[in-house]
Parts: sequence; structure tokens; C-alpha cells
Amino acid sequence: MKLSLRMGSSLVWAVTAVLLVVAPWIFPGSFALTLLTQMGTLAIFALSYNMLLGQGGMLSFGHAVYSGLGAYVTVHALNLLGRGAFVTPLPLLPLLGGVAGLAFGVLFGYVTTKRAGTTFAMISLGIGEMVYACVLMFPGFFGGEAGISTNRTVGQPLLGLNFGPALQVYYLVAAWSFLCMLAMYALTGTPLGRMANAVRDNPERAEFIGYDTRKVRFLQLVLSAFFAGVSGALSCINFEIVGAENVSALRSGGVLLATFIGGIPFFFGPVLGAVIFILFVAALSGVTKAWLLYLGLFFCAMVLYAPGGVASLLLAQIGVIRAGKFGRLVVPYAAGAVACATALCGLIGIVESVYRLSDSTQGTAMRLAGLQLDAAQSAVWVGSSMLLVAGFVALRFAARFIGRRWTEVKAA
Amino acid sequence: MSAALELVDVHKSFGSTRIINGVSLSVAPGERHAIIGPNGAGKSTLYNLVSGRFPLTSGAIRLNGEDVTNLRPYQINRKGLARSFQVTNLFNNLSVYENLRCAVLWGAGYRYSFWHRLSRLASVNARVDEVLAKIGLARRARTAAGTLSYAEQRALEIGVTIAGGASVILLDEPTAGMSRTETAHAVELVRQVTVDKTLLMVEHDMGVVFDLADRISVLVYGEIIASGTPQEIRANAAVQAAYLGTLGKGKAHA
Repeated sequence: MKLSLRMGSSLVWAVTAVLLVVAPWIFPGSFALTLLTQMGTLAIFALSYNMLLGQGGMLSFGHAVYSGLGAYVTVHALNLLGRGAFVTPLPLLPLLGGVAGLAFGVLFGYVTTKRAGTTFAMISLGIGEMVYACVLMFPGFFGGEAGISTNRTVGQPLLGLNFGPALQVYYLVAAWSFLCMLAMYALTGTPLGRMANAVRDNPERAEFIGYDTRKVRFLQLVLSAFFAGVSGALSCINFEIVGAENVSALRSGGVLLATFIGGIPFFFGPVLGAVIFILFVAALSGVTKAWLLYLGLFFCAMVLYAPGGVASLLLAQIGVIRAGKFGRLVVPYAAGAVACATALCGLIGIVESVYRLSDSTQGTAMRLAGLQLDAAQSAVWVGSSMLLVAGFVALRFAARFIGRRWTEVKAA
Repeated sequence: MSAALELVDVHKSFGSTRIINGVSLSVAPGERHAIIGPNGAGKSTLYNLVSGRFPLTSGAIRLNGEDVTNLRPYQINRKGLARSFQVTNLFNNLSVYENLRCAVLWGAGYRYSFWHRLSRLASVNARVDEVLAKIGLARRARTAAGTLSYAEQRALEIGVTIAGGASVILLDEPTAGMSRTETAHAVELVRQVTVDKTLLMVEHDMGVVFDLADRISVLVYGEIIASGTPQEIRANAAVQAAYLGTLGKGKAHA
């Protein structure tokens, strides 16, 4: 049993590695490549965030501080590299970003991890705001509002790679993502990793079995800040610019959203979260101005109805599939999907209409699902509202249907 | 030979309320010592002082001859004292196995290591298996602690307390809320796991107390009014007056 489990986990890692390698061929095109690169970067960031939230019970509102400062250090290193101040192959720069993140983790973590719970959350927010203010106050180092730009191709080519083409950058990010995932997974199986779980569950008892809970939180945060710094360095290499938004509360909030949507109780949850989040941010933002609203609604829905995130929903299905009972759930799921789609159509109709009406420069005409509509027409509003209400009512029935079948399947 | 645990004139006040009022107590190595007393006598507070949960107002506590007054709980634990809780206090999302492993780690010297793999710590895992067998939860090893039955949680509570190998064990009402058979089971467990150790326990069940304890101290209103062997305590007039008197007046608590 133990052997098969271990083989199972090496199989998962092998599949992950293969997926990372072939992803650019499965999803061809430069836009897809941009998304994949961002997903890899965010996956590291979200996993590092989950070292705090999911594994250590620390709700941080300032995790972008570590990735952002790691990115700033990397951008300066790249520019020094360009002036020939030192020679380092570009693929090793994320390590520098990681060390920078770790150093700031030591500095700020010393303060934030003094307390757990709400106090930790408050202090992390305060430090995030403080760092953001500092970034704008010292334009000499941080480049002010405009940020600092760089050129990733300045270094010596390594094995003929100069990391100019996006594909080379993708593989750089993919390699680091894989290494970081492995490292962070390994950390979950160490004494510190386990005690972080213990301190999350019951800090008081942890103290009575010999552990200084503050030190556990501190070390966990410092390690997490290292990986955040790595992801910051990768984003610097990818975008060739680092600005104040890299350390902003918006970025800190983003990683919280991504991690939670993916699922904090599971190691790989944040990876799923990163994929979904980038699809929302990068892909949906090109289609509609209201993408942030949709992301917010999706987040709220997850918090309310699936606190274990997408990962928990997927894992629940795996159990059913293994038992050979998934067939019993196909019909209820289809009903749920139709109800969801109906409600979503109504919602999109209303939201997009509101955006058209509020932005006078755009005009009220819009194309939705191949239909030419006009937000100023009452028919659009009535139709959308009806779809929304009908969808919600159907969803209630579908949810009950799914729940009944689910209980049956579980009982059998 | 110095006492395993020694309390010297310990006082504790919350605001102007004096809860512990000059308690002196000495427990010899290897002794099983029970503390009894009516509700609100300060037994739990005394435990919280000894284990470092609350700071003392005045007085001193020595563990194996070493001063541990006002140290933090983890420091006292590292010096060889472990305690259980009256209200079960576990790592609810972790499995039974992981609960015990956490309790073993510090004593085994792995501290805050992030370069050892838990699955390869043979001596730690052997110790966990040993404790699992002792507390009779081997078949529940993979179950999350929060989903265990009450009696199982109480057994795990004792397991987590003794797993680290502390020489002085404080048990706070190990049989509270248990049925008669569960109690008999728990008494046997306590007897087994405290062989060659010093035990201090708070207990309301007089049957358990007189069965297990080598010596008994009676705590009433923050003061120890008598201390001695079970026979001596049974015969002590002051105890009968104070303790049984309280019991007779109000609610029996056993």
C-alpha cells in the first residue's frame, strides 16, 4: 500500500513535468504562451502563500511585499548585469530574488509572526501599506510610479539561449515552477511543515509539547517568502519591468483570491487557483471590462459554497469515479450546469448593459453570444432579468437534486 | 534526592481575587500524587501555574530541582513536564498518528528541522507506533483527531501528553465524563503509561483517586489543608469536615 502510494505520487510529478514541457504545443500561439508563463509564476506565488494560509493558518494581506521586493532586487541585478558589473547566467537570477524575499521575510516576519490570527492579518496589512508607501517615497531605488524597466537579454547567452523569445522564458518559468513545487511539497513532509499544521490547528497545545509557536510561524513565513521572491524574480524577467503595483495590496489580495479559489486544504489547490485566476485576469479582461466583478462574484460563490476550493470539488469526484458511481451523477450535474449557464447568461446581460450605460464613450451597442444587442433597450433588461431569475430557481432545484443523488452515492 | 516537582508558597491572584493562597507541595520522583478538592478550589489554576500557562503572583516552582517559575509552557515542557487538559485539546485536523508524531518531535531532537523527512524518521515513527498501541488507537491512526469519539479523544489526549517522554506528567481529570467501563479502561491506561514516571493528577472520581494515588493532597479555597497517603486522608478529620462538608451542602461532583 505504501509503495503504491509513493509510486502514485512520483507518477503525479512525472505527469506534471510532462505537462509543463508540452503545454506550449497543446496551447499554441503567443497569447497562450503569455498566459502559461504567468500561470507558472503565479503558481509558485500562490503555493508560497498557501504555506502561510493553508498550512500555517496565517491569513496574510501583504504577501506581495516579498515577491515585489524580490522583483525589485532582480531588476537591479539585471541592469547591473547589463552594465557588466557581474556575470551570472539569467536562469540563476530567481535564486537571487528568492534570497531577497527571504531576507525581507526575516525582517518583516520578525514583527508579523509575533502574533497569530487577526493580529497577524492586521500587521501584514500594515507592513504591506508601509512598503508600498516606501516604494513611492524612494524613487531612486524603486523608480517611483513608472517603475524600473530592464532587458532580460543583456546577460551572456547560456548554451545558445539568450532568453529573448517568449518560449525560452516560458521554459525558464516552467523549470523553476517545477523545482519550487517539488521543494514546497517536500517541506510539507518535514518536522517544521507538520508543526506548522499543528500550530494552525491549536497553537496552545503546540506550546505544551515543546514548540515555540512564534518560531514555527516565523520559519514558515521566511521559507514562504523565499518562494515568493523566486516568483517575483520570474515575473521581473517575464515582464522586464517592476513597478509599485508589484508590492501593492491589490497583488496581495490577488494571490489570496487565487489560492482560496484553488483550494487551501490541498497542496496542489493553489496551482489550480493560479490557472483559473490568470484565465480571469488575462483572458477575461480582454473580453470584458467587468472581469473584476465576475472574479469577485466567483470568489464569493467559492467562499460560500466550496470553502475547499476547486480542488475539493475535483477530489470529491475522483472518489465517486473510483467507486464507479459517476454515472449516477451525470444527469444532476448536467441539470446544474444548464441552470448555472442560464443564470450566468442573465447576469452577464445585466452586468454588461450596466457597464455600457455607465461608459458614455462606448455607446450602448454590444455583441453578446453572437447577438447584436443594445443596452438601452428595455427588452435586453427584461430578458436578462428573466434568465437570471429562472436560472436561480432552476439552480435551487438542481442543487437539491445533486444533493440527493450525492447522498445516495455516498451511502451505497 | 530532590523532589520531581516542588511548589514553594505559590500565590495567584486574578485582580483582587486570590485563587491560590500559599500552596507548598512536594512530589517525589516516581510518586503518583492526586489533588482533590471541591469545585472552584483552584485545582485547574494550580495546573496552569505549574505548566506555565499563567504567570505566578509570587512563590516558586521547581522541576527536578531546577527553577521553572514563570517560564513559558514550551520551556517547561522541554525540561521534562507534560500536561493533559480537562477539555480535550488536540490538533483536530491532523490524524491521530500526526498528533502523536508532533508530540514526539521535539524530544527526539528534530525541533524546527525543515531538512528531515518525517517518513524517514525511524525512531520517531517507532515511538508513535508504540504509543498508538499503548493507548489502543492503532486502528484509528489515520483518522482525524477531531472526528474521534469522546473516549478516544481522551485516550489520545493522554497519548499526546506522554508521547514526548516527559518524566513528570500532569493529568487534568483523565476520566471526566466517562462511563464506568471507560473509566476502568482509562485508569489502567494511566497506570501503564506512568510507570517509572512522576504523576500529578486532578481527579473528581474518588474511586480512581484511591485506586491510583500513592499520596493525596486536598485543596480547598486555594490552600492545601492536608497531604498524605490515602489511608491518612481518609482518616483526616479536617478533610472530612471541609471536603465532605462541601459535598454534603451542595452538589456532589464525581
